[in-house]
Amino acid sequence: MAEPLLSVRGLRKRFGGLVATDGVDLDVAEGETLAVIGPNGAGKTTLIAQLSGDLAPDAGTIRFAGEDVTALPAPARSRRGFARSFQITSIFREFSALDNVALAVQAHAGHSFHFWRRAREERALREPARAVLAQVGLATRADVEAGALAHGEQRQLEIAMALATRPRLLLLDEPVAGMGTDESQRMVALLRTLRGRHTIVLVEHDMDVVFALADRISVMVYGRVIATGAPEAIRGNAEVRRAYLGEEVRA
Amino acid sequence: MSWLLVLEQCLNGLQFGVMLFLMAAGLTLVFGIMNLVNLAHGSLYMVGAYFATAAFGWTGSFVLAVVFSLLATLAVGMVVEVVALRTLYERDHLDQVLATFGLILFFNEAVAMVWGRTALFTTVPKALSGHLQLLPGLRYPAYRAVIILVGLAVALLLYVVVSRTRLGMLIRAGASNRTMVAALGVNVRLLYTIVFGVGAALAGLGGLMAGPIYTVQPGMGDDILIQVLVVIVIGGIGSIRGALVGAVVVGMVDTLGRAFLKPMLSTTIGPVAANDAGPALASMLIYILMAAVLSFRPQGLFPAARG
Amino acid sequence: MRIPPASALTVGFVALALVPVVAALLNQPFYLDLVRRIMIFAIAAVSLDLILGFGGMVSFGHAAYLGVGAYAVAIPAFYGVHSGFVQWPLAVGLSALVALVIGTLSLRTSGVYFIMITLAFAQMLYYLGISINAWGADDGMRLARRSQFGGAVDLGNPYVFYYVVFGLLVLLLWLGHRLIHARFGMVIRAARSNEPRLRAVGFATFRYKLAAFVLAGAVGGLAGALLTNQTEYLTPSYMHWTRSGDIMVMVILGGMGTLFGPVLGAIVFLLLEDVLAAWTVHWQVVLGPLLVLIVLYARRGLWGLLAGRG
Repeated sequence: MAEPLLSVRGLRKRFGGLVATDGVDLDVAEGETLAVIGPNGAGKTTLIAQLSGDLAPDAGTIRFAGEDVTALPAPARSRRGFARSFQITSIFREFSALDNVALAVQAHAGHSFHFWRRAREERALREPARAVLAQVGLATRADVEAGALAHGEQRQLEIAMALATRPRLLLLDEPVAGMGTDESQRMVALLRTLRGRHTIVLVEHDMDVVFALADRISVMVYGRVIATGAPEAIRGNAEVRRAYLGEEVRA
Repeated sequence: MSWLLVLEQCLNGLQFGVMLFLMAAGLTLVFGIMNLVNLAHGSLYMVGAYFATAAFGWTGSFVLAVVFSLLATLAVGMVVEVVALRTLYERDHLDQVLATFGLILFFNEAVAMVWGRTALFTTVPKALSGHLQLLPGLRYPAYRAVIILVGLAVALLLYVVVSRTRLGMLIRAGASNRTMVAALGVNVRLLYTIVFGVGAALAGLGGLMAGPIYTVQPGMGDDILIQVLVVIVIGGIGSIRGALVGAVVVGMVDTLGRAFLKPMLSTTIGPVAANDAGPALASMLIYILMAAVLSFRPQGLFPAARG
Repeated sequence: MRIPPASALTVGFVALALVPVVAALLNQPFYLDLVRRIMIFAIAAVSLDLILGFGGMVSFGHAAYLGVGAYAVAIPAFYGVHSGFVQWPLAVGLSALVALVIGTLSLRTSGVYFIMITLAFAQMLYYLGISINAWGADDGMRLARRSQFGGAVDLGNPYVFYYVVFGLLVLLLWLGHRLIHARFGMVIRAARSNEPRLRAVGFATFRYKLAAFVLAGAVGGLAGALLTNQTEYLTPSYMHWTRSGDIMVMVILGGMGTLFGPVLGAIVFLLLEDVLAAWTVHWQVVLGPLLVLIVLYARRGLWGLLAGRG
């Protein structure tokens, strides 16, 4: 394949005695959706945090669009086109939904050493923010305080904030966590519209969501990737089944 | 500048460092385990000094004064913990800072109400008022030597308790991951009260030993508190080893700086300029040291591994 | 951000503007002095609120900037330089510089470390001040003359001085209001709300926090310049860390994260201090526990109670 957009080699991270990431290699092609699955404690969120720049790896490299970004912190990666949604909802609770998204737009609209003009009156910030809110289905909730939104709406807001930065790469950490069936389906429909337009690394537990969205799947166990491939291949992989179901498979 | 003078000042530095350690040990544990910023720790030091001075005045016996002061400070510490601090564990640091600041104001004034604002006079006990001949030409006050020995003994005792006993294991576990310790069914409340009480007693010990050689007055704990904070920042929060290393380093740097910076500067910039620049620079030394440590190790030299 | 009812604000400002008139009518210059002092601390409290209330940075060394500002006026005066046009920019510039240095070192840390470090650095400046004998050491020294501006602005005239302070307070509140709602203010407020999120969307937060820290320090320096003119005295105790605590209490008491809360807090704190001091010389024994109780039970401060849910 052409050079992958995101290329990870030998990523390692320990916390004291615990090895969270144990030599992970990954390639993600541009426009591809790669799902990362695995049992609890496999190190999936730690992996996302290292990819987004929120956590510095102990060893290994991360290359994006041909550039080594391993040493770059999160804001620098965001400027290069990374965007992240968090597993535990992370928004600005005291601000309105529109303010939240407008902030994300503001981060990429020049510097913020402006001390006079009201940011809420800047059309260059508000209009793209409204557009993104509409895209994720929150248009009618724009002026609601983010902390007062329903859980599912807050997850949608997470996606909106990621999209507002016009990313090339979306790192989505359990986007449907805690959502009911209807909400999940709406979220999957939204994510489907993003396929192909963005490169996506998706961490999820919900296998329906994974199979609906993924081009390829990587399975992580105890910090290592034990298998990567097309969804059908992963479904049938004995090692994967063993990792999920334990010793029973052997008998 | 004779070597004997340097050695004497090193001993003074060690003595100061050991006193800083007594306070730093308690404070760093409280920070590390209970995640509590306790600015009133200096007040416990002050209370220890006042209780000892008062008890010595009543009984005339240094031993009784020590015992009374330790017990009384321990009691005050525990009362404060139960009454005022328990509610603060769950609060954010700003709340803790403000509340403990309020406690400082209270203690400073309470002490002034009982004993007045002027400094109390207290003397080194007769038995320890002599000098020790350490080396030919080097006589060192026995009292200061005892302080050093007591401090090192406490350090050793703490080391044994923290690394060899069950309580110590709980303390280390708590410093590393307090929610886990609670989840394991340990009576966290009791653990906290014990830790705080021990810290208070150590601060009181520092205070009662300090009484004869420093001034006993309202607010005496405030200034040493800042130096203790510097010790903890340098040593790393939650780490007793860090507190000891930090305390000795800070004690040495400060004492040697105050003793030798002015004469050293006089030879370069002249005695008149050095008269001001010397003490000024000496008073800033430990903060410059803190800034230096922060720039290459923001968590301090020996941070307790956080879980 | 709730805009308080315009009527309450107007009443407040008109009342402040009329204090000198009332004081003159009653022939009680003491009130003029007292309210002027309150306004100076209100300026200091507002500057701290920018980083503490809006930015979430618990800086426990804010009094250091008042000290630097005070020294920047008193030291030149000591050497015969009395022009306010030299002293006051020096006060603002020097405290901004000090804030830049302290902020650069401290903002790399957070939480408990940040509090302790800002406290320690501020206290360092206090010790520095005490040890310089030429400038009075810990006794301090008198201010030779109030800052001179020539012409109509004569700070020696208590009414003129009052309106200068009043004007500065109003100006700073207005500028602060604009700043809070501008791009810069949104970033600072979002940093308090959720800094990891802010970094994840692409803001290099350090530079903004540092800028806010420097701004707060600069305004603190201005307050210090005013303070030393007010008292006509210079003492390192302006920088003592317990003064930092006092300013912080004013911010919390009044309501942090609001523009007018710190003003209210300064008014109540200093009036309370005055009243309690008249009642007993040991008033701090009351203030201490009072603070603890306020922190525990009235976190939104007086402004939160007054401005209501509107």
